[in-house]
Amino acid sequence: MIAPAKPELVTVNIDGKEIAVPKGMNVIEAARQVGVDVPHYCYHPKLTIVGNCRMCLIEMGMPAVDPATKAPVMDPATGKQKINWIPRPQIGCATNASAGLHIRTQTPQVKDCREGVMEFLLINHPLDCPICDQAGECKLQEQSTGYGRGYSRFIEQKNVKPKRTLLGPRVMLDDERCILCSRCIRFAKEIAKDDVLGFIDRGSYSTLTCYPGKKLENNYSLNTVDICPVGALTSTDFRFKMRVWFLKQTNSIDPESSVGANTVAWSREGVIYRLTPRRNDEVNDTWMADSGRVLYKAVTAADRLTAVKVNGADSALDIAVHAAGELFKSAAGAVAIVGSGRSSVEEQFLTKKLATALSASTHLVSRVGPGDKILVSADRNPNVRGALVTGLIPALPAAQLTALGAAIDAGKVKTIISVGEDLFAAGLNATQLAKVAVVYLGTQANATSEAAKVVLPTLTVFEKSGTFVNQQFRLQKFLKVVPGASGATDDLVVLAKLVAATGGTVPSDLNPLWKVLAAEVPALGPVTFANLPETGLLLDATPWAALPFVEGETLHFKPAAQPAAVTA
Amino acid sequence: MPAPAQRRIIFQHIDEPGYSNDLACYVKHGGYEVMKRAYARPPAELVEEVKKSGLRGRGGAGFPCGVKWSLLDRKSGKPIYLVVNADESEPGTFKDRYIMHQDPHQLIEGIMITCFANNVKQAYIYIRGEFPHGARILEKAIAEARAANFVGPNVLGSGYGCEIYVHRGAGAYICGEETGLIESLEGKRPYPRIKPPYFPAVLGLYQCPTIVNNVETLCHVKYIAEVGGEAFARIGTPNNTGTRILCVSGHVQKPGYYEFEVGKITMGQLLNEVCGGPLPGRTFKAVIPGGSSAKILKFGERFKGKRKVGTEMVDYDWAVEDVPMDFDSLGMIGTMGGSGGVIVMDDTVNMVEALANINAFYAHESCGQCTPCREGSLWMKKISSRMVHGDARPEDGQLLKSVADQIAGRTICAFGEACAWPTQSYVAKFGDEFKGYADAKKTAQPAATTLV
Repeated sequence: MIAPAKPELVTVNIDGKEIAVPKGMNVIEAARQVGVDVPHYCYHPKLTIVGNCRMCLIEMGMPAVDPATKAPVMDPATGKQKINWIPRPQIGCATNASAGLHIRTQTPQVKDCREGVMEFLLINHPLDCPICDQAGECKLQEQSTGYGRGYSRFIEQKNVKPKRTLLGPRVMLDDERCILCSRCIRFAKEIAKDDVLGFIDRGSYSTLTCYPGKKLENNYSLNTVDICPVGALTSTDFRFKMRVWFLKQTNSIDPESSVGANTVAWSREGVIYRLTPRRNDEVNDTWMADSGRVLYKAVTAADRLTAVKVNGADSALDIAVHAAGELFKSAAGAVAIVGSGRSSVEEQFLTKKLATALSASTHLVSRVGPGDKILVSADRNPNVRGALVTGLIPALPAAQLTALGAAIDAGKVKTIISVGEDLFAAGLNATQLAKVAVVYLGTQANATSEAAKVVLPTLTVFEKSGTFVNQQFRLQKFLKVVPGASGATDDLVVLAKLVAATGGTVPSDLNPLWKVLAAEVPALGPVTFANLPETGLLLDATPWAALPFVEGETLHFKPAAQPAAVTA
Repeated sequence: MPAPAQRRIIFQHIDEPGYSNDLACYVKHGGYEVMKRAYARPPAELVEEVKKSGLRGRGGAGFPCGVKWSLLDRKSGKPIYLVVNADESEPGTFKDRYIMHQDPHQLIEGIMITCFANNVKQAYIYIRGEFPHGARILEKAIAEARAANFVGPNVLGSGYGCEIYVHRGAGAYICGEETGLIESLEGKRPYPRIKPPYFPAVLGLYQCPTIVNNVETLCHVKYIAEVGGEAFARIGTPNNTGTRILCVSGHVQKPGYYEFEVGKITMGQLLNEVCGGPLPGRTFKAVIPGGSSAKILKFGERFKGKRKVGTEMVDYDWAVEDVPMDFDSLGMIGTMGGSGGVIVMDDTVNMVEALANINAFYAHESCGQCTPCREGSLWMKKISSRMVHGDARPEDGQLLKSVADQIAGRTICAFGEACAWPTQSYVAKFGDEFKGYADAKKTAQPAATTLV
C-alpha cells in the first residue's frame, strides 16, 4: 500500500489555543481537535458544504501585514503580531485552515449569532418533543440547552406544513420539524447517487419533498434518518418503538457482505431495536445499507432454532454432541465439513481444528450477488477472508458444492458437519443428502436442519463476540449485543465440544482462544481480541494477493485487479 | 442652487420621438461604430480604460467594474463567461427595462465590447421573468446584430467569435443576486452560493470564471470605449464617475427616470426642482434613496461628519435635501446609492404600513436557503402585518428591530441586509409611530387592503 502524502500542516489559533492542522481543514473540525465544540446543523463531515444553517458562525481574523512591505504589523500592547478581525461573523464549516488563522468562538457576538439562529429555527418548529422520536438525540434539543431562550417571543401563527409524509417505504417525513438543512438532499445526490429529494416553495414555506413520481426507496434511504439533525425524517421501522435514552449501544459489524460496515446495535433488556452505522473513515464513512439494518430481526425470527435435536427429537447439548461423536467414529475418514463465510474468525479457526482432528475435507459456501458500488459488495459472505487467514480453506470457494456432491456420490463422505449452511441451497440434491448423516450447527431452520441427524442451535452475530476479516483484509470485531436465545449455545462452545468429542482440547473463551490464534495463525501474530482497535486492523494480505476475489469497487475499496469471475 | 441639467449618456435616445429599437435606427445614430474601433485595439487596453474610468457597478453594490474584471481567473484555462444581470427586481428601480425596450443595441454593443476585452466567447443575458416583452425585443435585436455580423462566430471579420443568449428568469427577486442568478442559469434553484469559495470571478457559471455585470454598467462600458477612461472619469465626481440614472417614484409631482452626473445633484434638487416637489398640500416625510432595501432617510434629520474633498477632510452638516446623490455620500450617511431607485413618501404615509408592505415583499422573496433570512423575514412580515391588520403592541417596534438585528450580516448573501435594513431604519427613525400605532389606527383612514 502506498502511504498517503503527508498533508501540509498549518498553525491556527482557536480561542487562544495554537494547533497544527492540515491546511484547508474546516474550522469545525479544527476546533474539535482542541476540544472546542462549534455547534452546527447542516454541516456533515462526509457531505458537501452548503453553509445554510448559520449556526457555526464564528469570528475570524488573520495576522496583520503591511500592504506595501508585507512586513508583519506588531501590536505594541502584546508584542505579538496584530490580528485583523473581520467584523462580519464567518461560517466555521466553510472557513478553511490557513497559516495564522485566528478563530474566536466564545465572544458575545458569536453567542448572539447562535442564540439568534436557535430562536429562528424554533419559531416555526412544532416543539412536539414529547411525541417525537428524535427526542434524546435531537440537535435542536442539544443546542437549545446552550443557546435557547427558554421562552418564546413569537406570538404569531406558526407555518403549517405536511405531517406524516411517506417519502419511501422506510422513511417518514414531518415537514414542520424540518429545519431545511438539506443534509438528506445532499446525501441522496452525492452518496446514494439517487437524486430524488428537493425543496419546493420558498422562504419559510420551503418544503422538503420527493420529485414528482419519485420515491426515496434506494437501499441507503435510512442514512437520511441518521443524518437528519432533527425529527423530520424518522424510520418507519423504529418509529414509536423506544426512547433512545433507554437504549444501550454496542459496536457491531454489518454481516451482509464483505464490506463489513461498522455498526452500532441499540438494545434494551435483551431486545435489539435498531442498527445504525458507526463512523469508520476507512470502511463505511458514516453510512450503511438499509438491507443491513433489518438483520437484527433474525434474533427473534420465527424460524430461529432453539432446541437441540437428535434424529428429530428434542435432546440436550451433551447428548447431541455425543451423538455427533458417534457419527464421526462410524464415518471415520469420511467426514466433510461445510464451513461458513458467515462464521467469525475464531469459529473458522475451531472449525479448522475440528477438520484436522477428523481428517475431514473442508468446503465453504460461496454467496455472490451484484455489488452496488457503495457498501454492499459482490461477496455476500462477511468473512471469506477469515477462512483463508485461518487456513480453513486454501482457495476461494467454488460457486456450488459440486466437489462435495461428487465425493458423496463416490461414497467417500458419510457424515457432513454444516456450520449454518443450507446444503440444498448450496448445490447438493436430496439423493446426495439421503446418503449422508448431517450434523447441523446454526441459528435459523432450513431444509438442511430439517434433514439433519443432529441439530445444534447456535448464536446470531448479535449474541456473541468475534471478528470478521473484510474485503480490505481488515480485521474488525463485533461485540455481544444481547444474551443468546434460550436453547442456543455459543458457536465456539459447540465447536470446542465437538473437538473434545474427537479427543482434542481447544479453548472456547475468546481471550485464551486468541492466544492460540496468535501463536498458530501467522497473519494474526500481533493481535489480541482485547487490543483490536475499534476501527479494525489491516492484515498483511500478500499471501492471498493472487486470488481472484469477486468484489468490484465499493466505497474505500478498489480491487487489486478486475477478477475474471466478474466478467465471465 | 439650481439643479444641474440632465446629462443623458445612457438614456440619450430614450423616449426620443422617432427613435426605434431596430438595428437600422441604431446604426443611423452611429451605432456599433464604437465597437468597430474597439475591436481594432488590444483587449487589455480596453480593460485598462475601464479601470481608469473608475466605473462603479450600477446594479446596487457599486463595486468598481474594472476591479471586478481584474479579479477574473484568466489562467485556469477554463472559458470565461459574461452574464448580464437584467433581473432588475429591486422595488423602485426601472432603468434597465427602458434600455432593453428602447435601445437594446446599446446593450448588445456594450456586451460585445466587454466580451472582446475579456476574451469571452459566450454571454448570457439573464432577464427577469416579468419582462417578456423585453426578452422578445432582445431576441430580435440579437438576431439583427447576428445577421449584421456584430454577434456570431466571426464578429466584423475579426476572427473573434462570441454568442449572446437570452435566458428568462421565472420571477424571483433572489435571481438578481449574482450567484443566485448563476445557479438559476444553470437550471437549479437560485440559492446564492457561499463566498468563499464561489466567487464568480473564479468559480462562476459552470464553475468557470464569470463576469456578472448590470445592464446599465455595460452601457457605460460602451461609452467608456468611445470616449476613453480618463474622459469618463472627468464626468461626475472623484470615485463616483460617470452618470447615473435615478428612478424616482412615489409622492412627487413628476416621477420618472433622470440621468445626472453622479454626485452633481443633491436629493433636494432632485425632488424639489427636477421632480417638481411634493404633491399639492403635502410635505415630504421620508425617502428611500437606492431601492427598497436601502435604509430610509427621514426629512428633518441631519447628518454630520467629515468627508474627503480632494485631499483634505472637511466637515459636513447635511439635511436630507443636501445629500449628493452618489455612492460615497449616501454610504457615509448610513444608507446606499443602491440601484438608483428613489422612493419618496409624504406625510400621508404611515411608516408602519409602509414597512408592512416592504416586509411582505421580502418575506415572499426570501429564497429560504439560510436560517436567519428565511425565518426572520417571515417573522418580521408576520409582526408588521399583525400590527396593520390585527393587534399592534407598543413593544412590536423593538421586537421588529431585534429580529432584524439577528439577520443582517449573518446570511449567505446580501438579502439578509436587504430585508433587515428597512426594518432597522424605519424603527430607528420612526420609533414613535411604531409605539403609538395601536392608537393611531383607531383614528386612521379606512384600513389598507390586505397584503399578499
